Amino acid sequence: MLLQRPCAWLIALAIAAFALTPLIGDDVELRESLLLAAVYITLASNLNIMLGYCGYINFGSIVFFGLGGYICVYLTSERAWPLVAAALGAGIAVSFLALLFGLGILRLRGPFFALATIGVNEAVQAFVANFEPWGGSSGVYISTELFQPLGGPGRALWVIYFLLVAVMGLSLYLSYAIKCSKFGLGLLAIGQNEDAAAVLGVPTPLFKAIAYCLSAFLPAVAGGLYFFKAAFIQPSDAFDLGLSTEAIVIVMLGGQGTITGPALGAYLYEEMRGWLLTSDTFSNFQLVIAGALLLIIVLFAPGGLMGWIHERWPRLRRVLE
Amino acid sequence: MLGFAASVIDGVLVGAVYGLAAMGITLIWGVMDVVNLTHGAMIVAGMFGLYLLTTALGIPVYAALLPIFAIGFFAGVFLYWIAVHRVIGRPPLMSLLSTFSVNLVLIGLGTALWGTRLFNVAVSLPGLSWGRYTFPGTHILAAILTAALAASLYFFLYSTRIGKAIRAVANNREAAELVGIPTTRVLSLSFGLGAALASASGMLIGTLFPFTVLSGDTYQLKSFIVTALGGLGSPTGALMGGIALGLIEGTVTPFVPVSWTLVIEFVLFVLVLIAFPSGIFARRRT
Amino acid sequence: MKALLEIDGLTKRFGGLQAVDRLGFVVENGEILGLIGPNGAGKSTVFNLINGVMAPDSGRIRFRGIDITGKSPFYVARLGLARTHQIVQPFATMTVLENCKVGACFGHENLALGRARKAAEEACALVGLDDRVTMLASQLTIAGKKRLELARALSARPHLLLLDEVLAGLNPTEIEHMVTVIRGIRARGVAILLIEHLMQAIMNLSDRIIVLNSGQKLAEGKPVEIAANPAVIEAYLGDPSLAASIAIEMPP
Repeated sequence: MLLQRPCAWLIALAIAAFALTPLIGDDVELRESLLLAAVYITLASNLNIMLGYCGYINFGSIVFFGLGGYICVYLTSERAWPLVAAALGAGIAVSFLALLFGLGILRLRGPFFALATIGVNEAVQAFVANFEPWGGSSGVYISTELFQPLGGPGRALWVIYFLLVAVMGLSLYLSYAIKCSKFGLGLLAIGQNEDAAAVLGVPTPLFKAIAYCLSAFLPAVAGGLYFFKAAFIQPSDAFDLGLSTEAIVIVMLGGQGTITGPALGAYLYEEMRGWLLTSDTFSNFQLVIAGALLLIIVLFAPGGLMGWIHERWPRLRRVLE
Repeated sequence: MLGFAASVIDGVLVGAVYGLAAMGITLIWGVMDVVNLTHGAMIVAGMFGLYLLTTALGIPVYAALLPIFAIGFFAGVFLYWIAVHRVIGRPPLMSLLSTFSVNLVLIGLGTALWGTRLFNVAVSLPGLSWGRYTFPGTHILAAILTAALAASLYFFLYSTRIGKAIRAVANNREAAELVGIPTTRVLSLSFGLGAALASASGMLIGTLFPFTVLSGDTYQLKSFIVTALGGLGSPTGALMGGIALGLIEGTVTPFVPVSWTLVIEFVLFVLVLIAFPSGIFARRRT
Repeated sequence: MKALLEIDGLTKRFGGLQAVDRLGFVVENGEILGLIGPNGAGKSTVFNLINGVMAPDSGRIRFRGIDITGKSPFYVARLGLARTHQIVQPFATMTVLENCKVGACFGHENLALGRARKAAEEACALVGLDDRVTMLASQLTIAGKKRLELARALSARPHLLLLDEVLAGLNPTEIEHMVTVIRGIRARGVAILLIEHLMQAIMNLSDRIIVLNSGQKLAEGKPVEIAANPAVIEAYLGDPSLAASIAIEMPP
């Protein structure tokens, strides 16, 4: 059924690659850069559900990541929850909030929804920055004691890495499962022409709200794991709009609406970013280059890299979805 | 410190300038169904234009208004051809992304050039006294200039040939095309006009408050809040919405720490959008 | 027996324009009802009011006995009412089959993907698109897109189908084909409410006709009666070519 399509196996391959390559050489440096890539892929894949399938831009998608981080940090340090439970708890809490919020703002059409998402991020960030029990604007440290149950700091980093790879894998599978489902067909119809979809019977506000809610879950879990690992969280890192923006560029670069697109886009973007940061002249221009790249993609290749590949080699459409 | 009533009146004065900025958004939306996310960059351009013209070239402050308006116009036309023309027929997602990306580039260049430091243009004008309170002369003049620009915009849209062409295209692009109106030229002109209004409002805001390269985003957000209040597509609505926002700021700011003001405005924005999808002041569009 | 669609006192105003004025009529099960009238008579508005795109200012609409006045389009579609549009709106980057699957999945039968595929294939065969099911919707000709619009609505296996100028822009051969298709749809028990400017076609297809003018019902009856009705001819004198075509088309 689900596993019949080649894409499912490609995802499994990617997960295996991520999990095994740093493990084999005990290569910590590789692990760290792959961890970042996994986070980007998670953010981009989930963003794709709103952006690529529904055609709705979530400018403030980072709010899920940041809020997930804060809730997980709170649950582990204040409530002594084990990490996995705390991260999952954060995921559930954030996606529940997203569902409530989504039911409200997803009655808005595209542009207004997009603006409202920026507002959410800014509002939550300002709220947290003023919220003393969560450290206010200076943030919260968590004690390294909390790494003991995971086998001490060294091992904990590996455990968290594998958990993040799992989250990345789940994100890719979620994208895939949605695409194969009736729900996904409805979302894609909404993305093509929302009014026509409604006339055909697609319950548009409900589906959009569910998509929004689903797109919040895994980034929140990832945020929980990421900030737990960093042992420190503050509003300016947690709710960094620049990261949302990069996620948008990644989805468009790789190919919105596809499953492999966000992953490919994340990889390419990471490579490009790494190169930019080492070059003195360009390091300040990171967002400028991201912007220019996005503009070129939107104007000339709105299907992104995957779109181009699908057009050039239509047979690959079935394999690299 | 102004008292409550005075705070409200002052809010209305400043709000008028917000309304001017919002007119830029509303014009472009009304004519071509595009939400212009370069609006913030244009506002900042107006602010920095003011700074450069007054400090580098020594031009008197308010004399900078017209040159900035003109430069903003040409910049807008240029931006239309780069970012908007190709995506006009396509889903609104695309024009959102294209204008967003241009904004990224412009603000990025701005921060590379000027960093995030605060700039201030010192304007000394005698204020107007009313009892114990003094209304800053800058606020009053900004409101007057806004009114003048708004009136000129009205005259332009309703009494000139080009203005009528713009309204025709806004009403029904295909029909306008059939009647022989050069729609593409009208679209680029309208976009230029929208950008000019943004720059002009930026210049005026620059006479009122200090600013950084990143201020554009704040005022862009306020412009959208204003259009949510006043309804997209209606210049009167934009002005009323601006005044409404100014009123809200005037009543709220004395009681609330500054960092919360924008949050409150945002919550209001989202609530208004949900409750009144076409804006509180908007007349229903067929 | 209750009629399939009952409309009563329907009114809609746009600013200064009274688009629909206290309109009332019924559509019976299995019949083809034609809706005609000069341009601006309010026909498309009536469709928009029926399928929930707009809410009426006053009046009631009952479909299969259920009050659907002012309900959303997807609610109405779920009850088994489908509609095509004058300006076709295909899902451009999806294939013909996928377009129809959307209709099949979200119509009143609420089919799962597998059975939806079958329903979609049947609908495509009915309109004559079965040779192009894997083609992208954007690659179809205008005539093809019109057929897709119809197939997509049919895939939902509706009880009532609203056809909005489905023949506009087609050449005579295509028109003939579409008319056959429409008859085939009725033969399967689907009732049809039809807006059309092509007099010959609508007069031939319809069991009954309603004439709208300035938002009001001007006349109602069999096509023969309508063609002979002086008030109708007068309304159409504002559109002389149409008046002439009514006069010519009807057999003595």
